[in-house]
Amino acid sequence: MAERKLRILVGKPGLDGHDRGAKVVARAFRDAGLEVIYTGLHQTPEQIVSAAIQEDVDCIGLSILSGAHNTLLPRVCDLLKEKKADDISVFCGGVIPEDDIPGLKKAGLKEVFTPGTSTEDIVAWVKANVG
Amino acid sequence: MALAERILQGDIRAAARLMRDVDDGFSSALPELKALYPYTGKAYLIGITGPPGAGKSTLTDQITASFRKRKKRVGIVAVDPTSPFTGGAILGDRIRMNRHADDEGVFIRSLATRGALGGISRSTGEVVNIMDAMGMDIVIIETVGVGQDEIDIVRMAHTTAVVMVPGLGDDIQAIKAGILEIADVFVVNKADREGADRTARELSMMIEMGSRKEGEWLPKVMKTEACRGIGVEELVAEFETHRDFLFASGVMNMFTEDKNSAVFSEMLKERLFKAVYDRLLNNGELNRIVKGMGTRSVDPYSAVEGVLHSSLVHEGSESA
Repeated sequence: MAERKLRILVGKPGLDGHDRGAKVVARAFRDAGLEVIYTGLHQTPEQIVSAAIQEDVDCIGLSILSGAHNTLLPRVCDLLKEKKADDISVFCGGVIPEDDIPGLKKAGLKEVFTPGTSTEDIVAWVKANVG
Repeated sequence: MALAERILQGDIRAAARLMRDVDDGFSSALPELKALYPYTGKAYLIGITGPPGAGKSTLTDQITASFRKRKKRVGIVAVDPTSPFTGGAILGDRIRMNRHADDEGVFIRSLATRGALGGISRSTGEVVNIMDAMGMDIVIIETVGVGQDEIDIVRMAHTTAVVMVPGLGDDIQAIKAGILEIADVFVVNKADREGADRTARELSMMIEMGSRKEGEWLPKVMKTEACRGIGVEELVAEFETHRDFLFASGVMNMFTEDKNSAVFSEMLKERLFKAVYDRLLNNGELNRIVKGMGTRSVDPYSAVEGVLHSSLVHEGSESA
Protein backbone atom coordinates (compact mmCIF):
# COMPACT_ATOMS: atom_id res chain seq x y z
CA MET A 1 0.00 0.00 0.00
CA ALA A 2 1.22 3.46 -0.83
CA GLU A 3 2.26 5.78 1.97
CA ARG A 4 0.67 9.08 2.92
CA LYS A 5 2.93 12.05 2.39
CA LEU A 6 2.53 14.57 5.21
CA ARG A 7 1.31 17.94 3.96
CA ILE A 8 1.37 21.07 6.07
CA LEU A 9 0.29 24.66 5.50
CA VAL A 10 2.57 27.35 6.89
CA GLY A 11 1.28 30.89 6.86
CA LYS A 12 1.06 34.18 8.63
CA PRO A 13 -2.34 35.50 9.64
CA GLY A 14 -2.99 39.19 9.98
CA LEU A 15 -0.94 42.24 9.45
CA ASP A 16 2.52 41.58 10.83
CA GLY A 17 5.26 41.57 8.24
CA HIS A 18 7.90 39.44 9.92
CA ASP A 19 8.09 36.17 8.02
CA ARG A 20 11.61 35.03 8.78
CA GLY A 21 10.45 32.63 11.49
CA ALA A 22 7.78 31.14 9.23
CA LYS A 23 10.35 30.64 6.48
CA VAL A 24 12.84 28.97 8.82
CA VAL A 25 10.17 26.58 10.07
CA ALA A 26 8.89 25.90 6.52
CA ARG A 27 12.42 25.05 5.48
CA ALA A 28 12.83 22.71 8.47
CA PHE A 29 9.65 20.85 7.45
CA ARG A 30 10.91 20.58 3.88
CA ASP A 31 14.16 19.10 5.13
CA ALA A 32 12.17 16.64 7.22
CA GLY A 33 10.51 15.40 4.00
CA LEU A 34 7.15 17.15 4.32
CA GLU A 35 5.31 18.96 1.57
CA VAL A 36 4.90 22.52 2.80
CA ILE A 37 2.27 24.79 1.30
CA TYR A 38 3.58 28.24 2.08
CA THR A 39 0.95 30.97 1.78
CA GLY A 40 3.09 33.86 2.93
CA LEU A 41 2.11 37.08 4.63
CA HIS A 42 -1.13 38.91 5.40
CA GLN A 43 -3.55 36.01 5.28
CA THR A 44 -7.07 36.24 6.61
CA PRO A 45 -8.37 33.28 8.66
CA GLU A 46 -10.82 32.62 5.80
CA GLN A 47 -8.01 32.40 3.24
CA ILE A 48 -5.98 30.11 5.50
CA VAL A 49 -8.87 27.71 6.07
CA SER A 50 -9.91 27.60 2.39
CA ALA A 51 -6.33 26.96 1.34
CA ALA A 52 -5.93 24.20 3.95
CA ILE A 53 -9.07 22.47 2.69
CA GLN A 54 -8.19 22.76 -0.99
CA GLU A 55 -4.68 21.47 -0.31
CA ASP A 56 -5.94 18.67 1.98
CA VAL A 57 -3.20 19.32 4.55
CA ASP A 58 -2.80 17.38 7.79
CA CYS A 59 -2.08 20.47 9.81
CA ILE A 60 -1.73 24.22 9.80
CA GLY A 61 1.25 25.97 11.36
CA LEU A 62 0.71 29.68 11.95
CA SER A 63 3.37 32.19 12.81
CA ILE A 64 2.22 35.30 14.60
CA LEU A 65 4.21 38.12 16.15
CA SER A 66 1.68 40.93 16.02
CA GLY A 67 -0.10 40.39 19.30
CA ALA A 68 -3.40 39.61 17.58
CA HIS A 69 -3.15 35.90 18.36
CA ASN A 70 -6.16 35.86 20.71
CA THR A 71 -8.37 37.13 17.89
CA LEU A 72 -7.00 35.49 14.75
CA LEU A 73 -6.03 32.01 15.92
CA PRO A 74 -9.36 31.02 17.54
CA ARG A 75 -11.07 32.33 14.41
CA VAL A 76 -9.08 29.83 12.29
CA CYS A 77 -10.16 27.00 14.61
CA ASP A 78 -13.81 28.15 14.51
CA LEU A 79 -13.83 28.31 10.72
CA LEU A 80 -12.39 24.81 10.50
CA LYS A 81 -15.21 23.57 12.74
CA GLU A 82 -17.75 25.46 10.66
CA LYS A 83 -16.49 23.76 7.50
CA LYS A 84 -16.34 20.35 9.23
CA ALA A 85 -12.58 20.31 8.75
CA ASP A 86 -11.47 20.35 12.38
CA ASP A 87 -9.63 17.07 11.83
CA ILE A 88 -6.92 19.41 10.49
CA SER A 89 -4.85 20.33 13.54
CA VAL A 90 -3.61 23.85 14.15
CA PHE A 91 -0.49 24.91 16.02
CA CYS A 92 1.26 28.22 16.26
CA GLY A 93 4.55 29.84 17.02
CA GLY A 94 5.45 33.36 17.94
CA VAL A 95 5.67 35.89 20.69
CA ILE A 96 2.82 34.67 22.85
CA PRO A 97 2.58 35.45 26.58
CA GLU A 98 2.40 32.43 28.89
CA ASP A 99 -0.94 33.64 30.22
CA ASP A 100 -2.56 33.44 26.78
CA ILE A 101 -1.57 29.84 26.08
CA PRO A 102 -4.33 28.06 28.07
CA GLY A 103 -6.98 30.18 26.35
CA LEU A 104 -5.56 29.40 22.89
CA LYS A 105 -5.48 25.69 23.64
CA LYS A 106 -9.05 25.85 24.84
CA ALA A 107 -9.96 27.54 21.55
CA GLY A 108 -8.61 24.53 19.68
CA LEU A 109 -4.89 25.07 19.14
CA LYS A 110 -3.03 21.81 19.59
CA GLU A 111 0.29 23.40 20.53
CA VAL A 112 1.88 26.80 21.06
CA PHE A 113 5.61 27.26 20.47
CA THR A 114 7.28 30.28 22.01
CA PRO A 115 10.62 31.95 21.18
CA GLY A 116 13.66 29.75 21.71
CA THR A 117 11.99 26.52 20.54
CA SER A 118 14.29 24.56 18.21
CA THR A 119 13.07 23.58 14.76
CA GLU A 120 13.88 19.96 15.65
CA ASP A 121 11.34 20.11 18.48
CA ILE A 122 8.65 21.54 16.20
CA VAL A 123 9.26 18.91 13.50
CA ALA A 124 9.29 16.14 16.12
CA TRP A 125 6.00 17.39 17.55
CA VAL A 126 4.34 17.40 14.13
CA LYS A 127 5.59 13.93 13.30
CA ALA A 128 4.36 12.59 16.64
CA ASN A 129 0.99 14.31 16.72
CA VAL A 130 -0.19 14.74 13.14
CA GLY A 131 -1.19 12.45 10.27
CA MET B 1 -20.95 8.01 -0.12
CA ALA B 2 -18.08 7.47 -2.51
CA LEU B 3 -15.71 10.37 -3.14
CA ALA B 4 -16.65 10.63 -6.83
CA GLU B 5 -20.31 11.04 -6.03
CA ARG B 6 -19.57 13.71 -3.42
CA ILE B 7 -17.31 15.55 -5.87
CA LEU B 8 -20.07 15.66 -8.47
CA GLN B 9 -22.32 17.19 -5.82
CA GLY B 10 -19.78 19.94 -5.25
CA ASP B 11 -18.02 18.65 -2.12
CA ILE B 12 -14.65 20.45 -1.98
CA ARG B 13 -13.15 18.27 0.72
CA ALA B 14 -13.92 15.11 -1.25
CA ALA B 15 -12.17 16.58 -4.30
CA ALA B 16 -9.15 17.62 -2.26
CA ARG B 17 -8.93 14.16 -0.70
CA LEU B 18 -9.17 12.32 -4.01
CA MET B 19 -6.39 14.53 -5.38
CA ARG B 20 -4.28 13.45 -2.47
CA ASP B 21 -5.13 9.77 -2.90
CA VAL B 22 -4.07 10.08 -6.54
CA ASP B 23 -0.87 11.91 -5.65
CA ASP B 24 0.01 9.32 -3.02
CA GLY B 25 -0.69 6.46 -5.44
CA PHE B 26 -3.55 4.92 -3.44
CA SER B 27 -5.24 2.15 -5.40
CA SER B 28 -8.55 3.22 -3.81
CA ALA B 29 -8.46 6.25 -6.13
CA LEU B 30 -8.92 4.11 -9.25
CA PRO B 31 -12.65 3.35 -8.96
CA GLU B 32 -13.28 7.03 -8.17
CA LEU B 33 -11.35 8.17 -11.25
CA LYS B 34 -13.27 5.65 -13.34
CA ALA B 35 -16.55 7.06 -12.03
CA LEU B 36 -15.48 10.66 -12.76
CA TYR B 37 -14.07 10.03 -16.24
CA PRO B 38 -17.39 10.43 -18.10
CA TYR B 39 -17.76 13.89 -16.54
CA THR B 40 -14.39 15.14 -17.78
CA GLY B 41 -13.23 16.61 -21.08
CA LYS B 42 -15.22 19.83 -20.76
CA ALA B 43 -12.71 22.24 -19.21
CA TYR B 44 -10.36 24.34 -21.30
CA LEU B 45 -6.77 23.72 -20.21
CA ILE B 46 -4.16 26.46 -20.25
CA GLY B 47 -0.48 25.71 -19.55
CA ILE B 48 1.84 28.35 -18.13
CA THR B 49 5.51 27.47 -18.32
CA GLY B 50 8.87 29.24 -18.30
CA PRO B 51 12.02 29.65 -16.22
CA PRO B 52 11.99 30.12 -12.42
CA GLY B 53 11.18 33.67 -11.39
CA ALA B 54 9.68 34.65 -14.75
CA GLY B 55 6.40 35.53 -13.04
CA LYS B 56 4.31 32.46 -13.83
CA SER B 57 2.42 32.48 -10.52
CA THR B 58 1.74 36.21 -10.61
CA LEU B 59 0.55 35.90 -14.20
CA THR B 60 -1.64 32.92 -13.26
CA ASP B 61 -3.16 35.03 -10.49
CA GLN B 62 -3.98 37.84 -12.95
CA ILE B 63 -5.30 35.50 -15.63
CA THR B 64 -7.55 33.94 -12.99
CA ALA B 65 -8.86 37.36 -11.98
CA SER B 66 -9.63 38.11 -15.62
CA PHE B 67 -11.56 34.85 -16.12
CA ARG B 68 -13.44 35.48 -12.86
CA LYS B 69 -14.62 38.82 -14.26
CA ARG B 70 -16.11 36.79 -17.11
CA LYS B 71 -17.85 34.52 -14.55
CA LYS B 72 -15.74 31.51 -15.48
CA ARG B 73 -14.90 28.98 -12.77
CA VAL B 74 -11.15 28.45 -12.58
CA GLY B 75 -9.06 25.55 -11.33
CA ILE B 76 -5.34 26.02 -10.82
CA VAL B 77 -2.74 23.27 -10.57
CA ALA B 78 0.57 24.76 -9.45
CA VAL B 79 3.64 22.53 -9.51
CA ASP B 80 6.84 23.13 -7.56
CA PRO B 81 9.91 20.89 -7.23
CA THR B 82 10.47 18.12 -4.70
CA SER B 83 13.87 17.94 -3.02
CA PRO B 84 15.72 14.94 -4.45
CA PHE B 85 17.49 14.58 -1.10
CA THR B 86 14.72 14.71 1.50
CA GLY B 87 11.55 14.20 -0.56
CA GLY B 88 10.24 17.41 0.98
CA ALA B 89 9.02 20.44 -0.92
CA ILE B 90 8.12 24.07 -0.42
CA LEU B 91 5.05 24.78 -2.51
CA GLY B 92 5.04 28.55 -2.73
CA ASP B 93 2.95 29.38 -5.79
CA ARG B 94 -0.01 30.21 -3.58
CA ILE B 95 1.79 33.24 -2.17
CA ARG B 96 0.99 35.06 -5.41
CA MET B 97 -2.57 33.85 -5.79
CA ASN B 98 -4.05 33.23 -2.37
CA ARG B 99 -6.35 36.26 -2.70
CA HIS B 100 -8.53 33.83 -4.70
CA ALA B 101 -8.53 31.24 -1.88
CA ASP B 102 -11.91 32.19 -0.45
CA ASP B 103 -13.54 32.74 -3.85
CA GLU B 104 -15.83 29.74 -4.34
CA GLY B 105 -15.33 29.93 -8.09
CA VAL B 106 -11.62 29.16 -7.77
CA PHE B 107 -9.90 25.96 -6.61
CA ILE B 108 -6.12 25.98 -6.24
CA ARG B 109 -4.04 22.88 -5.70
CA SER B 110 -0.26 22.85 -5.19
CA LEU B 111 1.59 19.73 -6.30
CA ALA B 112 5.19 18.65 -5.83
CA THR B 113 7.02 17.01 -8.74
CA ARG B 114 7.95 13.95 -6.63
CA GLY B 115 10.75 13.01 -8.97
CA ALA B 116 9.00 13.57 -12.30
CA LEU B 117 11.21 15.42 -14.77
CA GLY B 118 8.88 16.84 -17.40
CA GLY B 119 7.87 20.01 -15.52
CA ILE B 120 4.68 18.58 -14.00
CA SER B 121 3.96 15.79 -11.53
CA ARG B 122 2.76 12.33 -12.54
CA SER B 123 -0.55 13.08 -10.86
CA THR B 124 -1.16 16.35 -12.74
CA GLY B 125 -3.38 14.84 -15.45
CA GLU B 126 -5.65 13.20 -12.89
CA VAL B 127 -5.83 16.30 -10.70
CA VAL B 128 -6.83 18.29 -13.79
CA ASN B 129 -9.52 15.70 -14.53
CA ILE B 130 -10.90 16.00 -11.02
CA MET B 131 -11.14 19.80 -11.40
CA ASP B 132 -12.80 19.24 -14.76
CA ALA B 133 -15.38 16.97 -13.14
CA MET B 134 -15.89 19.60 -10.41
CA GLY B 135 -17.19 21.85 -13.18
CA MET B 136 -14.26 24.20 -13.66
CA ASP B 137 -14.56 26.01 -17.00
CA ILE B 138 -10.85 26.76 -17.17
CA VAL B 139 -7.97 24.84 -15.61
CA ILE B 140 -4.62 26.61 -15.51
CA ILE B 141 -1.60 24.36 -15.10
CA GLU B 142 1.50 26.15 -13.89
CA THR B 143 4.63 24.05 -14.37
CA VAL B 144 7.74 24.13 -12.22
CA GLY B 145 10.32 26.67 -13.34
CA VAL B 146 11.70 24.98 -16.43
CA GLY B 147 14.93 25.19 -18.35
CA GLN B 148 14.95 24.01 -21.92
CA ASP B 149 13.63 20.50 -22.10
CA GLU B 150 10.67 20.07 -19.75
CA ILE B 151 7.81 19.99 -22.20
CA ASP B 152 5.20 17.55 -20.84
CA ILE B 153 2.80 20.47 -20.52
CA VAL B 154 2.29 20.73 -24.27
CA ARG B 155 0.56 17.34 -24.41
CA MET B 156 -1.72 18.29 -21.55
CA ALA B 157 -2.80 21.87 -22.17
CA HIS B 158 -4.89 23.11 -25.09
CA THR B 159 -3.07 26.43 -25.07
CA THR B 160 0.50 26.70 -23.79
CA ALA B 161 2.01 30.05 -22.85
CA VAL B 162 5.78 30.24 -22.48
CA VAL B 163 6.70 33.07 -20.14
CA MET B 164 10.07 34.70 -20.69
CA VAL B 165 11.75 37.69 -19.12
CA PRO B 166 14.34 40.12 -20.48
CA GLY B 167 17.99 39.34 -20.01
CA LEU B 168 18.08 35.54 -20.10
CA GLY B 169 20.29 35.11 -23.12
CA ASP B 170 21.02 36.11 -26.67
CA ASP B 171 19.16 35.27 -29.85
CA ILE B 172 20.90 31.90 -30.18
CA GLN B 173 19.05 30.75 -27.06
CA ALA B 174 15.89 31.61 -28.94
CA ILE B 175 16.59 29.27 -31.86
CA LYS B 176 17.49 26.25 -29.75
CA ALA B 177 15.09 23.35 -29.49
CA GLY B 178 12.90 22.75 -26.49
CA ILE B 179 10.42 24.89 -24.62
CA LEU B 180 10.56 27.65 -27.20
CA GLU B 181 9.06 25.27 -29.73
CA ILE B 182 5.98 24.49 -27.68
CA ALA B 183 4.49 27.94 -27.23
CA ASP B 184 1.09 28.86 -28.62
CA VAL B 185 1.66 32.27 -27.07
CA PHE B 186 4.91 33.85 -25.95
CA VAL B 187 4.78 36.19 -23.00
CA VAL B 188 7.56 38.63 -22.27
CA ASN B 189 6.80 39.43 -18.66
CA LYS B 190 8.37 42.22 -16.59
CA ALA B 191 8.03 44.25 -19.77
CA ASP B 192 8.99 47.44 -17.93
CA ARG B 193 12.53 46.13 -17.58
CA GLU B 194 15.39 47.07 -19.80
CA GLY B 195 15.78 44.74 -22.76
CA ALA B 196 12.12 43.69 -22.92
CA ASP B 197 11.66 45.03 -26.43
CA ARG B 198 14.78 43.26 -27.57
CA THR B 199 13.65 39.94 -26.07
CA ALA B 200 10.26 40.34 -27.76
CA ARG B 201 11.94 41.15 -31.07
CA GLU B 202 14.24 38.14 -30.88
CA LEU B 203 11.31 35.85 -30.16
CA SER B 204 9.37 37.34 -33.08
CA MET B 205 12.35 36.79 -35.37
CA MET B 206 12.64 33.21 -34.22
CA ILE B 207 8.96 32.64 -34.99
CA GLU B 208 9.29 34.22 -38.43
CA MET B 209 12.32 32.08 -39.25
CA GLY B 210 10.36 28.88 -38.76
CA SER B 211 8.70 27.35 -41.80
CA ARG B 212 4.96 27.18 -41.36
CA LYS B 213 2.37 25.57 -43.54
CA GLU B 214 -0.68 27.42 -44.75
CA GLY B 215 -3.33 27.55 -42.05
CA GLU B 216 -0.97 26.70 -39.19
CA TRP B 217 -1.12 28.62 -35.94
CA LEU B 218 1.38 31.47 -35.67
CA PRO B 219 2.31 32.23 -32.05
CA LYS B 220 2.20 35.86 -31.02
CA VAL B 221 4.59 37.59 -28.65
CA MET B 222 2.71 39.45 -25.92
CA LYS B 223 4.21 41.82 -23.37
CA THR B 224 2.93 41.89 -19.80
CA GLU B 225 3.66 43.39 -16.42
CA ALA B 226 1.95 40.74 -14.33
CA CYS B 227 2.38 42.45 -10.97
CA ARG B 228 0.46 45.49 -12.24
CA GLY B 229 -1.95 43.55 -14.43
CA ILE B 230 -0.75 45.26 -17.60
CA GLY B 231 -1.26 43.28 -20.81
CA VAL B 232 -3.28 40.55 -19.07
CA GLU B 233 -6.63 41.24 -20.77
CA GLU B 234 -4.89 41.14 -24.14
CA LEU B 235 -3.23 37.85 -23.19
CA VAL B 236 -6.52 36.27 -22.16
CA ALA B 237 -8.05 37.48 -25.43
CA GLU B 238 -5.20 35.76 -27.27
CA PHE B 239 -5.92 32.52 -25.35
CA GLU B 240 -9.47 32.76 -26.63
CA THR B 241 -8.31 33.42 -30.18
CA HIS B 242 -6.16 30.30 -29.99
CA ARG B 243 -9.02 28.24 -28.62
CA ASP B 244 -11.28 29.43 -31.45
CA PHE B 245 -8.55 28.52 -33.93
CA LEU B 246 -8.24 25.00 -32.47
CA PHE B 247 -11.95 24.36 -32.92
CA ALA B 248 -12.33 26.06 -36.30
CA SER B 249 -9.29 24.37 -37.86
CA GLY B 250 -10.06 20.87 -36.59
CA VAL B 251 -6.71 20.80 -34.76
CA MET B 252 -8.65 20.23 -31.53
CA ASN B 253 -9.75 16.78 -32.65
CA MET B 254 -6.19 15.79 -33.51
CA PHE B 255 -4.93 17.18 -30.21
CA THR B 256 -7.50 15.24 -28.23
CA GLU B 257 -6.81 12.02 -30.07
CA ASP B 258 -3.04 12.35 -29.59
CA LYS B 259 -3.50 13.18 -25.93
CA ASN B 260 -5.83 10.25 -25.29
CA SER B 261 -3.45 7.93 -27.04
CA ALA B 262 -0.54 9.23 -24.94
CA VAL B 263 -2.52 8.93 -21.72
CA PHE B 264 -3.47 5.36 -22.52
CA SER B 265 0.01 4.22 -23.55
CA GLU B 266 1.61 5.87 -20.51
CA MET B 267 -0.84 4.14 -18.20
CA LEU B 268 -0.38 0.81 -19.97
CA LYS B 269 3.39 1.17 -19.80
CA GLU B 270 3.30 1.94 -16.11
CA ARG B 271 0.91 -0.86 -15.16
CA LEU B 272 2.58 -3.48 -17.37
CA PHE B 273 6.01 -2.62 -16.04
CA LYS B 274 4.84 -2.71 -12.45
CA ALA B 275 3.07 -6.05 -12.87
CA VAL B 276 6.10 -7.69 -14.50
CA TYR B 277 8.68 -6.06 -12.25
CA ASP B 278 6.85 -6.91 -9.02
CA ARG B 279 6.69 -10.56 -10.10
CA LEU B 280 10.44 -10.64 -10.80
CA LEU B 281 11.09 -9.00 -7.47
CA ASN B 282 8.93 -11.45 -5.54
CA ASN B 283 10.05 -14.68 -7.20
CA GLY B 284 13.75 -13.86 -6.90
CA GLU B 285 14.29 -13.71 -10.65
CA LEU B 286 15.39 -10.05 -10.50
CA ASN B 287 18.08 -10.87 -7.99
CA ARG B 288 19.32 -13.78 -10.14
CA ILE B 289 19.54 -11.56 -13.23
CA VAL B 290 21.41 -8.76 -11.46
CA LYS B 291 23.86 -11.22 -9.87
CA GLY B 292 24.35 -12.89 -13.24
CA MET B 293 25.14 -9.58 -14.87
CA GLY B 294 27.80 -9.05 -12.22
CA THR B 295 29.64 -12.24 -13.22
CA ARG B 296 28.80 -11.68 -16.91
CA SER B 297 27.03 -15.07 -17.01
CA VAL B 298 23.80 -13.27 -17.88
CA ASP B 299 23.50 -10.39 -20.33
CA PRO B 300 20.66 -7.85 -19.88
CA TYR B 301 19.50 -8.22 -23.49
CA SER B 302 18.78 -11.94 -23.20
CA ALA B 303 17.39 -11.49 -19.69
CA VAL B 304 14.82 -8.93 -20.89
CA GLU B 305 13.93 -11.16 -23.85
CA GLY B 306 13.45 -14.07 -21.46
CA VAL B 307 11.25 -12.03 -19.13
CA LEU B 308 9.22 -10.74 -22.06
CA HIS B 309 8.71 -14.22 -23.43
CA SER B 310 7.75 -15.78 -20.11
CA SER B 311 5.51 -12.81 -19.17
CA LEU B 312 3.60 -12.92 -22.42
CA VAL B 313 3.29 -16.71 -22.25
CA HIS B 314 2.35 -16.34 -18.60
CA GLU B 315 -0.34 -13.74 -19.36
CA GLY B 316 -1.56 -15.86 -22.29
CA SER B 317 -1.84 -19.06 -20.27
CA GLU B 318 -3.66 -17.21 -17.53
CA SER B 319 -6.34 -15.94 -19.84
CA ALA B 320 -6.60 -19.25 -21.70
